[in-house]
Amino acid sequence: MTFDRREFLKISAGAGAVAVAGLSGCATSVASARPKVVVVGAGFGGSTFARYLKMWEPKAEITLIEPNDKFTSCPFSNTVLAGINQMEDITFGYDHIKKVVDAWVQDTVTAIDTTKRIVTTAGGKTFAYDRLVLAGGIELLFDKVQGYTAEAQKTIKHAWKAGPDQTGVLRKQLEAMPDGGTFVMSVPMAPYRCPPGPYERACMVATYFKKAKPKSKIIVLDGNPDIASKKGLFLAAWKKHYGYGTDNSMIDYRPNNMPRAVDPVKMMVGTEFDDVKGDVINVVPPMQAASICDLAGVRVGLDGKPGPWCAIDYRTFESLTVKNVHILGDSTLTNFPKSGSVANNTGKMCASAIAELLNGREPDAAPVVTNTCYSASSPDTAFHVATVFRYGEGNKMVAQKGGGVSKEESELEFAYMESWAHNVWADTLGLPADYKFTAKG
Amino acid sequence: MKKSLAFALIAAGVLGAVAQAQAVDTRARFMAANCAYCHGPDGKSRGAIPSLAGLDKGYFVDQMKAFRDGSRPNTVMSKHAQGYTDAEYAALGAWFAAIK
Ligand SMILES: Cc1cc2nc3c(=O)[nH]c(=O)nc-3n(C[C@H](O)[C@H](O)[C@H](O)COP(=O)(O)OP(=O)(O)OC[C@H]3O[C@@H](n4cnc5c(N)ncnc54)[C@H](O)[C@@H]3O)c2cc1C
Ligand code: HEC
Repeated sequence: MTFDRREFLKISAGAGAVAVAGLSGCATSVASARPKVVVVGAGFGGSTFARYLKMWEPKAEITLIEPNDKFTSCPFSNTVLAGINQMEDITFGYDHIKKVVDAWVQDTVTAIDTTKRIVTTAGGKTFAYDRLVLAGGIELLFDKVQGYTAEAQKTIKHAWKAGPDQTGVLRKQLEAMPDGGTFVMSVPMAPYRCPPGPYERACMVATYFKKAKPKSKIIVLDGNPDIASKKGLFLAAWKKHYGYGTDNSMIDYRPNNMPRAVDPVKMMVGTEFDDVKGDVINVVPPMQAASICDLAGVRVGLDGKPGPWCAIDYRTFESLTVKNVHILGDSTLTNFPKSGSVANNTGKMCASAIAELLNGREPDAAPVVTNTCYSASSPDTAFHVATVFRYGEGNKMVAQKGGGVSKEESELEFAYMESWAHNVWADTLGLPADYKFTAKG
Repeated sequence: MKKSLAFALIAAGVLGAVAQAQAVDTRARFMAANCAYCHGPDGKSRGAIPSLAGLDKGYFVDQMKAFRDGSRPNTVMSKHAQGYTDAEYAALGAWFAAIK
């Protein structure tokens, strides 16, 4: 536990500024000066956090550090593989975020000193902080797949971090593939970023093949023993739209088939059982919390030992082991699915908590956060999974009853999915009310 | 008595400001922001999902109850509505009703 509740209450009965200093070891509160908040990563979590903290506590001096000049959305990137959307439709400028924060730094964080509370970038700049927010997403572990070298990565794309070099290249590879070719894709072991994402990807590539290359096949190598998300809905969609279960199925689904090796020259993927040949290969390696979390020493599990994800206090998203360091989005150890909806939602939850802490007040004792993931099952149908989580005694987020999945795929949900995308992009990036979206659902 | 109107206005102004400062229900503010990833920032939606900004509080609370008990057909809202209490419906309703 990062702070003891009784201790907190005792201290906060005193003067506000002192209370915050006593609580967190922070030197600065809004009562005395402008507390420095450094945010690393301007994805779904970091951008949303920065935008909302500025709204809720304008005195916070926010520095946002991000290497990319543009935001490319992973949500909807599978529709680019289908040919429903183009890369431009899921790519956005950071114009509004740049205006909102006190300093926008286009750079990569390379070192974090949590004792002196200083962050250093590749460009050699340093930034002092009172509160540090790490929203770096995921680190992909290429060395867990034999042969997945830097050279191999030129041919084999994961497209699990969307961008022109990943999603864009994979789409071009699919376009260049002859009809009758084989697309081999993989599903990492849970927990991974976007549980329904790989199965949606199979639907979207099948959508493209059905239209442009009907003799082609998709082999899905799943490291998990079964479809890890929305199983019934995906199976129904695969049957209805892509012949699954018949001799003519476009999708060949293989559970318990973890890719262990790749060969970009022979174009093969090796599992424990088989060597599978493909014309286009798309392997998503295992993953863990972004490497910045390790730089800060917060990639630590509930047992206090190093682990793949970061254990946090769910009321504040502060690390359980290092004070004044908060972690957001996919990097956290939680029972939430790793989704853009959750990263957006918890970005606000963390902003709300930090706004309270900077004012010497206690953060919400029982915050509620929600997840909803829409998946496209065909060019006009979609379905969802939705859950509400509420803080419970002993640092738990408890899934509330009533959550679950759509009864069936529908065109109505395809329209809602498109609206969701526009709204989550607008909310994350602060897009103006008259922003002209071009992405179709 | 001539001063009374001016005094009343000043008093109202001061009290109004104090009331407003106290009125920021930070819990409702965050909970309402929870809905933004579908209903848009400040409950102003782009596209097919309805906006929440400016909805009448009574109407809002009735809809949440109807989603919860299933009497209003819906795709996703029953799942969200079941996660909140009646008191939270009221706080959320007041929050969205106040948005212009
Ligand atoms: C194919 C696919 C489909 C998906 N579909 C959906 C969907 O439909 N709905 C949904 O809710 N979610 C979806 N997701 C999941 C969603 O994309 C992630 O959960 C979300 O991006 C997590 O947000 P984040 O802020 O944790 O990380 P990110 O959004 O990845 O942001 C991390 C940021 O940190 C930056 N960064 C990393 N290291 C450093 C460093 N050292 N210094 C500075 N900056 C750094 C990165 O450049 C990046 O901008 C999908 C994902 C995939 C791959
Ligand atoms: C996953 C997206 C999503 C989230 C998150 C969400 N909603 Fe909704 N909401 C919808 C959709 C879609 C509808 C239309 C009914 C349906 O199909 O469920 C709707 C309808 C509504 C309506 C009826 C509006 C009207 O004009 O009659 C209200 C009220 C509402 N939502 C409140 C909320 C509140 C409050 C929250 C946050 C606590 C919330 N919603 C979160 C998607 C969402």
